Amino acid sequence: MRKYTPKDSVQKKAKYTDRFWVAPKVPHNSIEEGSFFESVVSALNESNINILDSYVELGQLVIKVNPQDNIDALRVMKEKCCFKMCSELSAVDYLAKDGEFEIFYQLLNLDEALRARIVTRIKGDQAIESVHPLYKMANFAEREMFDMFGIYVNNHPYLKRIIMPDDWEGHPLLKTYPLQGDEAASWYEVDKIFGKEYRDVIGPEIRDSARVDRYDTQRFARVGKEVPFGADPELVDKTETPIEDRYSKTFLTDYTTGSTELENRK
Amino acid sequence: MAQHQVNYASSAGLPVALTTADNLINWGRSNSLWPLTYGLACCAIEMMASGASRFDFDRMGVIFRASPRQADVMILAGTLTKKHAEFTRRLYDQMAEPKWVISMGSCANTGGMFNTYAIVQGVDRIVPVDIYLPGCAPRPETLQYAMMMLQKKIRRESANMNKNKKQRFI
Repeated sequence: MRKYTPKDSVQKKAKYTDRFWVAPKVPHNSIEEGSFFESVVSALNESNINILDSYVELGQLVIKVNPQDNIDALRVMKEKCCFKMCSELSAVDYLAKDGEFEIFYQLLNLDEALRARIVTRIKGDQAIESVHPLYKMANFAEREMFDMFGIYVNNHPYLKRIIMPDDWEGHPLLKTYPLQGDEAASWYEVDKIFGKEYRDVIGPEIRDSARVDRYDTQRFARVGKEVPFGADPELVDKTETPIEDRYSKTFLTDYTTGSTELENRK
Repeated sequence: MAQHQVNYASSAGLPVALTTADNLINWGRSNSLWPLTYGLACCAIEMMASGASRFDFDRMGVIFRASPRQADVMILAGTLTKKHAEFTRRLYDQMAEPKWVISMGSCANTGGMFNTYAIVQGVDRIVPVDIYLPGCAPRPETLQYAMMMLQKKIRRESANMNKNKKQRFI
């Protein structure tokens, strides 16, 4: 099994060290004059919303705003620019790189068939205002954001974990969270059902899929190393009859006789 | 009374069969195994197919019951998340003795391809498993074969469940 290495600094160093490697970038196009997107930007400007950056990426408008403006910007988008639907809302963990979360609101205008994204960045310990008054989908989406990243959402009607159990420790979508779980996660079901004193009885999780316990005589036998069913584990070394491993040196191997057809041909 | 005359001594013997209590009880238990209607993931689709008319589990005396109080067998069909493990164990505890568990599919056996933080790495961490059924997902025939293996196991073991208890460490 591959050894787990901490992912704390994974954003800081480049993944590819090849000096000829050029990271692919999605082009950021400027907003065309007279387009619908230009009217969106001007509507935001009229409402005195500070736009940090705005561009068109893959045919979608991207607008970066300050985190305290998120609900005002979305209100303009919904009420003046007719983005009636918020299709997705979540965060991206840039804590190691910038110490920040990027929160995005993916919006859809059903009349124009156009999409826009409001992007904002908060510090790791900051909270964000809920957009639940505007988009009802934010109820669940912000709960998920809280569950997965630990981002607190102010004025949310019911901020509670939605996917993980209520007594779960940690927030799994953080880059620093190990994929196979931390200490609390690996014992979660044992602690919950049986109590901590049962950890010794049940033992740690076995995550190596290729693991074979040669002293386990109850379940699986290894070909060529059979011992009687239920034999005493201490006797395995004495009683097993090891046969030389006949792994396939050539692609034509007769496993019953042990002779390889290809060697005969030679 | 029979209208015709039967001579028990001269024809095929007396209408009496001799057996042991173990054999008799296990005959009854093994031929009416009632599993719990309890599906976790895609293996449950195969389990449902096993119960339906094409594969016809009823012919083996296997009838799915919707209550753990009426069930003898728990078929853990699918991926067991850590969040749900507590409820699985509760359902298992609600089943009356004697009870057996079939772990169906790779996810239930070992966690399968879900080598992640949220999945129980083998349901034998929370309930004692009698039959491990490999496959992803196992076909209905495989589940029926597993049930036949379980029947074989029941017929072999003592009818007194207390004797079998020592294997059940959990």
